[in-house]
Amino acid sequence: MSKSKVVTLQEAMTHCYNGMTVLIPGFVNCGVPVTLIDGILESGITEVNVISNNTSIKGEGIGKLVHAGVIKKITCSHIGSNTETMEKVVAGEINVNFVPQGSLSEKVRAGGAGIGGILTPAGVHTPMEEGKQLLEWDDEKGEFKFVKSSDPQVGSRYILELPLHADVAIIHAWKADKMGNVVYNHTARNFNEVFATAADYVIVEAEHIVEVGELGPNEIMTPGAIVDCVVQARGYEG
Amino acid sequence: MRPVTNNREFIACRTAKFFKDGDLVNLGIGMPTLCLEYIPEGIDVWVDSENGVIGLLGAPQEGETAPADVVDAGGHPSMLREGGCCFDSFRSFGYIRGGHVAATVLGAYEVDAEGNLANWMIPGKAAAGMGGAMDLVSGAKITIVMSTHTDKEGNPKFVQHTDMPLTGYHCVDYFVSELAVIHVTKDGPVLEEIAPTTTVEEVVAKTGAKLIIPEKVGCMA
Repeated sequence: MSKSKVVTLQEAMTHCYNGMTVLIPGFVNCGVPVTLIDGILESGITEVNVISNNTSIKGEGIGKLVHAGVIKKITCSHIGSNTETMEKVVAGEINVNFVPQGSLSEKVRAGGAGIGGILTPAGVHTPMEEGKQLLEWDDEKGEFKFVKSSDPQVGSRYILELPLHADVAIIHAWKADKMGNVVYNHTARNFNEVFATAADYVIVEAEHIVEVGELGPNEIMTPGAIVDCVVQARGYEG
Repeated sequence: MRPVTNNREFIACRTAKFFKDGDLVNLGIGMPTLCLEYIPEGIDVWVDSENGVIGLLGAPQEGETAPADVVDAGGHPSMLREGGCCFDSFRSFGYIRGGHVAATVLGAYEVDAEGNLANWMIPGKAAAGMGGAMDLVSGAKITIVMSTHTDKEGNPKFVQHTDMPLTGYHCVDYFVSELAVIHVTKDGPVLEEIAPTTTVEEVVAKTGAKLIIPEKVGCMA
């Protein structure tokens, strides 16, 4: 008999703390862990470093954390769908670090998969090069060499993007069984699956919590073995 | 097919003619999404969206309800066709960077004669972020920019050299506006087609780059 990982929201929040780095998935308002975001707000946690694709829309989803002023820094690809985030960034209240969307998910994948970094063509010859190492493939020698932005490009050029790993990941599932096996629904999968791999502590909120065995081995998208606890998502009870 | 009643629709209608049967295409938010309305008869394309889905059909029409948790690149509910599928973000960008997307269609602040694209930040203004654009232009087989030919002040959007922060380097293949189709080649930008309502002289006057004018310039239709 596997041990149930189902806990209350308050119990789950004991693993969140001031100054934590937290992975928050979602694409605009789809697949966002809104119950766990409410939990962070209700716990009074502050000075949070967020890694997310975007900040939802004003006052909703991740936008609630923006509005409450608890985000110190955010690593993301886009904030344009939330005017309040734009205003807070301009006012210097939130420090934003833009990363191309594909590089963001791949950095987190590397962080969760024990890979030392990834080489991507995305962002070469753009402001994304700043502060990062660049490599170019030398076809004759059959090896990579480090280059500078100002060097003329001869071969295929890549940016070395380093892994991202967080203290906590908060994940939104469609269905989870009591040991934390997860199935995501349609495009709500987005960053959830990869973000669940790259944190010290992984909290899942699920619309539907089912018995172990109800989710088949071919449909489970995130194995319960890498999930620490499961919380019932609000608004789906019963 | 939806009737063409304005410049945006005209640009979308021409752009959709680049698609080949069976292509996987990524359409940016805004004007590029309009291409869906003008896919030529007999051409079946699969629409990719970077949030992790292939097979989007667009916003639900009257009497339709989008499936739960199916959204497009703008976060708006969308219909999903039979055979469509959803996947994680890192796989989505694997397909994008990996050359599996036949065409990516997006907007621009400026495009230059070498195919450099600027569409994500204007120096001195708050940036919204690049989203998936840098990944898309680095990996799609062709990059098509849909744009008005000039900005609101009448300045050309196709220039000889852009000084704006880039989204992609040497990545744009085609620039499609209400006036012209410009093909960016190794030799330089070629004026391949002009709109029926304009002249080569007008296009040249409203373009900031030196265009290569072939003997026979086609007509956009």
